[in-house]
Amino acid sequence: MRTYILRRVLYAIPTLFGISILVFAVTRMAPGDPVRLYTFGALNITEEDIQGIRLHYGLVNPDGTERNIALQYVDWITLAVQGDFGKSLQYRQPALNLLVERLPATLQLATAALILQLLIGIPLGVVAALKRGTWIDNVIRVFAVIGHAVPTFWIGLLFIIVFSVSFRVLPSQGLLTVGHDVWDIPDRLKHILMPAFVLSLAGIANYSRYLRTETLDVINQDYIRTAHAKGLRERSVMYGHALRNALIPMVTALGPLLAVLVGGSLVIEQVFTWPGVGQFTYAAARSKDYPVIMAGVMIAATLLVLSYLIRDIAYALVDPRIKVK
Amino acid sequence: MAATVAGVVRRIEVPQRRVAAGLWENAWYRLRRDRLTIVATIVLVTLILLSAAAPLLAEHVFQTSFESQDLLKNYQTPRLEPLKYVLGSDEIGRSQVVRLFYGGQVSLFIGFIAAFMNITIGVGLGLLAGYFRGALDDVITWAVTTLNSIPTIFLLIIFSALFSPSALLLTTVIGVLFWTGVTNFVRGQTFALREREFITAARTIGASSSRIMMRHILPNVLPLIFVLMAIDIGTIILAESALSYLGLGVMPPMPSWGNMLTNAASYFARAPWLVVSPGAVIFLTVLCLYLIGDGLRDALDPRLKQT
Repeated sequence: MRTYILRRVLYAIPTLFGISILVFAVTRMAPGDPVRLYTFGALNITEEDIQGIRLHYGLVNPDGTERNIALQYVDWITLAVQGDFGKSLQYRQPALNLLVERLPATLQLATAALILQLLIGIPLGVVAALKRGTWIDNVIRVFAVIGHAVPTFWIGLLFIIVFSVSFRVLPSQGLLTVGHDVWDIPDRLKHILMPAFVLSLAGIANYSRYLRTETLDVINQDYIRTAHAKGLRERSVMYGHALRNALIPMVTALGPLLAVLVGGSLVIEQVFTWPGVGQFTYAAARSKDYPVIMAGVMIAATLLVLSYLIRDIAYALVDPRIKVK
Repeated sequence: MAATVAGVVRRIEVPQRRVAAGLWENAWYRLRRDRLTIVATIVLVTLILLSAAAPLLAEHVFQTSFESQDLLKNYQTPRLEPLKYVLGSDEIGRSQVVRLFYGGQVSLFIGFIAAFMNITIGVGLGLLAGYFRGALDDVITWAVTTLNSIPTIFLLIIFSALFSPSALLLTTVIGVLFWTGVTNFVRGQTFALREREFITAARTIGASSSRIMMRHILPNVLPLIFVLMAIDIGTIILAESALSYLGLGVMPPMPSWGNMLTNAASYFARAPWLVVSPGAVIFLTVLCLYLIGDGLRDALDPRLKQT
């Protein structure tokens, strides 16, 4: 087990390396001069000062020629792995700190959405499989397709129109009501309910569909018939034998779902003005705040790589056969 | 002389040899009986035709254009008279329904072209990785894992924010970013197929690698590629709409389903219907594409059909 985990951790390194190259390349290829942006509006700045800033940031060699781009990448990545992504051009504070401050909000949202996915998606899938062919099954299957096809940000907007504008029952934005205590849990729950539910839609659809197939697969196995034959009660056959096995492949379904959560949270955070990493990165991208952009993408990607890692390890834990591969 | 009693020579009826139904005939047979898929196809084709005919419809049916404004007639509630306000008008009095059709042009174009690029890249790389394995496979797998580990929407947002791309460039970028799923699928299939006897047979009679890939493996993978393509187009339309909604994809005044929602979102207290229609068409289009994908899969490979 330990070697397996170690190997998976080592595999993550080239992935993160590739991501960093891509992020660096995209931001470096972008038109526009960040130094000009940085000094925009400064009145008494000379060409010499600008050249000085370029030298300070390692964009040029001391003799004024452009510095090799590969060396620039090495400069950047050396500091980045130490957590230093440079200072935000807009806030003049370390980019990483700014983002880490907003990380809890994103994690809260993602966790809440994940819980909703599991709480709603799994029962739906099991019910659909057990009531196969009935109208309940059909409704759940239709819902599974719809949950995939619907633009989540649009559903978010509709929810806001219905629940915040028309009925005024749920707040449309933010973590909590301004002025309330940070530990006012009911208030926070009210705020997180809509964004988390909207974010979890795709996952609910995915899980219910996946679990329906798995459950159907399992209940046709011989050992289920055996369990029935030896006179076990329906309930213990379902929970003790069928569900436990149907749930194993769920762990793999977690992977793409986490990607949806991390990526989707950016859009949903925007819709619900949720002060998380996604929203901040988006704002940084709009104002061309390069250090924040790069740190933001690296954080999102690291979160994703990390969650893939956890998924693989969890899978190896529930299904020991996997380690052999 | 005697044989021609009735005066005619009777021809012997030779039953024509029936060609055995192939994969496509069988699939078509099953597809025709799948009512849901047929309906989805009809709806999708209608949407495509309406979008393609947007300029004609705007001129002759609605008598307006997608950019003609009328500030005195803003926030018109949906009504039948005049016809151009059938879905209401927006904050500067433009006809919502005409803009919706024009938006369809952009959204559908991006979806179809980018998906086509994805499929081309994905199938190509998947075949190469699955067939040659070794170092090439490692490199391609690495690229797939790397791309899969960046939330695509992040990458798209950064790219769009920094480069402010045209619709065409955006299409290209989506086209070269979303191919990982196809590659994974084709790679897996190729892995399995290359061990089969018919491939060994082809190799023994001296078929070259490229011939084996193109003539023997590709046709076996191709049917399900259409399934992936339908789903891929849907996913791209969703991504593009999210991007445009954030104000980064297709730029106004060119309408797209996503960027029509950007403004609508700021006026939803006054004109909620402006939020409803663009989202509903995105939803309808993507739903049809997913249903067609599902239907195609069931038709092409009935064993996979979920019962």
